[in-house]
Amino acid sequence: MIRLQNIHKSYITGTNKLHVLKGIDLHIKEGELVSIMGSSGSGKSTLLNILGLLDNHDEGVYELNNEEIKSMSETKAAKLRNNLLGFVFQSFNLISFKNAMENVALPLYYQKVSRKKRNNLAVEYLDKMGLKEWAHHMPNELSGGQKQRVAIARAMITQPKIILADEPTGALDSATSIEVMDLLREINQSGITVIIVTHENDIAHMTDRIINLKDGVIESIVENNKINNTESVKIPLQE
Amino acid sequence: MFDRDKWQEIFSTIRKNKTRTILTGFSVATGIFMLIFLLGAGRGLRNGMTSVFAQDATNSMQIFGGRTTKAYKGTPEGKRIQMVNDDFLNLKKSIQKIDVISAMSYIPGAETISYKNNFGNFNVSPVHDTYKEIKNFEILKGRFLNQNDLDEHRKVVAIQDEVKKVLFPKETALNKYININDIKFKVIGIFHQSSFDDNSREIYIPITVAQKIFNNNDHIRRISFTLNDVSVEESKNIERQITYKMADRHNFSKEDKNALWIRNNIENSQTFAGLFSAIEMFVWIIGIFTIVLGVIGVFNIMMIVVRERTKEIGIRKAIGASPGSVVGLILMEAIFITAASGYVGLIAGVGLLEAINQFDIIEKIYAPAAIYFLDPQVDLGIAIGATIVLVITGALAGFFPARKAAAIRPIEALRDE
Repeated sequence: MIRLQNIHKSYITGTNKLHVLKGIDLHIKEGELVSIMGSSGSGKSTLLNILGLLDNHDEGVYELNNEEIKSMSETKAAKLRNNLLGFVFQSFNLISFKNAMENVALPLYYQKVSRKKRNNLAVEYLDKMGLKEWAHHMPNELSGGQKQRVAIARAMITQPKIILADEPTGALDSATSIEVMDLLREINQSGITVIIVTHENDIAHMTDRIINLKDGVIESIVENNKINNTESVKIPLQE
Repeated sequence: MFDRDKWQEIFSTIRKNKTRTILTGFSVATGIFMLIFLLGAGRGLRNGMTSVFAQDATNSMQIFGGRTTKAYKGTPEGKRIQMVNDDFLNLKKSIQKIDVISAMSYIPGAETISYKNNFGNFNVSPVHDTYKEIKNFEILKGRFLNQNDLDEHRKVVAIQDEVKKVLFPKETALNKYININDIKFKVIGIFHQSSFDDNSREIYIPITVAQKIFNNNDHIRRISFTLNDVSVEESKNIERQITYKMADRHNFSKEDKNALWIRNNIENSQTFAGLFSAIEMFVWIIGIFTIVLGVIGVFNIMMIVVRERTKEIGIRKAIGASPGSVVGLILMEAIFITAASGYVGLIAGVGLLEAINQFDIIEKIYAPAAIYFLDPQVDLGIAIGATIVLVITGALAGFFPARKAAAIRPIEALRDE
C-alpha cells in the first residue's frame, strides 16, 4: 500500500536548512495498523504529512497504492487525498461554523455528491460513532471525544484506503483516548490501513507495528504481536 | 459557476459569518451610493444651470444702447445712444458671420392686454420673425411670426403658454383676437420658453407693426443675432467691430464702455461650459476616490477574511478541496457580496435622487436654489458601469488573497491556531 525508499525532506527557514528526514525506507502493507513514534523533532509529523500528500518530499521514491507520487499538481493531490486518504488530527480541525453533520459531509461535497445524499450518509456515519443525536450540534457544543469521533466519521465517509491520524489522542483524557483507539482498531479490522503518529507508548502498543523515528531516520521497528490483547497497554515504558 | 450546490455552500458560509459579510457589503454599498448620488446631483446642477442660462441661443449676441461716459467731439458725456432701424440694416449687411438677426423695439404706455373679460399685464416685445432662431422657443401650437407678417404689417401675435392660461383659461386661443392698447391682434401661435424667472409672460408682435402704430418712429431697443461657427476670439473681434461701427455712426468714443452694451453669449456659454465641466470633473474625482476607497475596503476585508479562514482552508484542502475550488469559493463569495451590496447602493442612490426630484426636497430646504437643480439623474450606463467596475475590483481584491490562501500548504494552515 505504501512504500518509501530513501525519503529526504528539509525545511529552509531563513538562511538555515533543517534536514528533517534523512533517508526513510518503509513498507506498510494494506490493512496494517501502524504507529509512528518519536520524540518531538524526530520528523514523525513531517513523515505523516508526506504520506498524506500534505507536503512534498525532496528526494526518494514514494509509492502510494502502487502509484508513484512525484511532484504533482495541487489539484491532483487534492483528488488523491479525497479518494484515498482520511485524516484525523490532534486538534480535530472541524469547521467551526458548520454543524457535525455538515462537517462529516464536507469531503463528499468535493466528490460532487448531492447535498441530500451526503447529509444522509453523514448522519449514518455519525450514528455508527454513536453521535446521531448530535448531528445538528456545532463543534463548540461537543466534548473533545465527541469532536474526535466526528472527525473520524469525516475521515471515514469517503471510504478511504488509509486513515492517517496525527496524535489523535493528544488532546483527550485517557479514558476517551482508549475509546478513540478502539474505534481506530475497529476501522482497521474492516480492512482499512491505519497509520497513527503518537509520542505515547501505550497508544503505540495498541498497534501492530511501531516505527521508531529518531533524528530523521528509522531507529527501530517493533513488531507487536499482542495486538488484540489489551494487556499490551500495560507494557512498561521502554525508554 | 451555476452549480447549485456550490452556491449553497457559499450562502451557508455567508449566512454563518454575518458581521464579515455586512462589513464588506457596507463599504461597497456606500461607495456606489456616494458615486451615484454625486453624479446625479452633479447632473441635476448641470441641468438646472443649463435650463436657466439656455434661454438664449448659445451662439447669440445682444446689443443695447447705453449712455456715454466720455465727452467726444463736442458732445458732452451722458448722451443717450438710441439705436434705429438703420443700425440694424447696417449690421445685417456688414457683419458676414451673422446667421440670423432680429431687432426688438418697444411699445410705450401701459401694456394692458385683454380678451373678453380676461386681462393682464404682459411684456409685449415687437421683434422680427427671425427672433425665434435666437430665443429658444418651443412652439406648442400654430406658428411664430413670419416674413409676410412683417412685410404686410399684419396685426398678429404669438403668446407664451402662461399668457394663454390667463387670457384663454377655457378656450382655444388660435385665430382669436386680443386687445393690445385697444388694438386688435390675431393670435397665430402659442409657445413655451424657459427663463430665469418663472413669471415671464411674453407676447411677440411684428416690429414693423409696432413702429408704425404704437411708436411712429424707427427706434430700436435692442438687436439680437446669432453667429455661424465662431470661436470666442472671433466673437470678441466681432464685438469690437460692432463697437467701432456704432461709435462712428452715433458719435461716441470707441473706448467708451458704457455707450453700447453687448452681451456675448458665446463667451458666456463658454464660461458656463467650463464651469459645468469643472463641476462634472470634480464630481467624478470624488466619485472615483469613493470607489477606490470602497475597493480598498473590500481588499482589506478580504485579506482579513482569508487570514481568518486560513485554518478552514487548510481543513478543506486536507479533505480534498483543490486549490481551484478554494479560490472559487472565496472569489464567488467576494463577487456575490460586492454585486449584491453594489446593487443595494445603486438602488439607494437612485432612490434618493428620485425622492429629491419627486418631493421637491431642495425647494423645501432652500427654495431659491431649486431652479438651479433640475432632473437629477444618473446615466444608467454609468451606474451599471460603476457597479461592474466595483464588482470586478472586488473580485480582484478577493482573488489575490484567495490565491495566496489556496497556495498555502494545508499543513501550515492547520498549524495556524
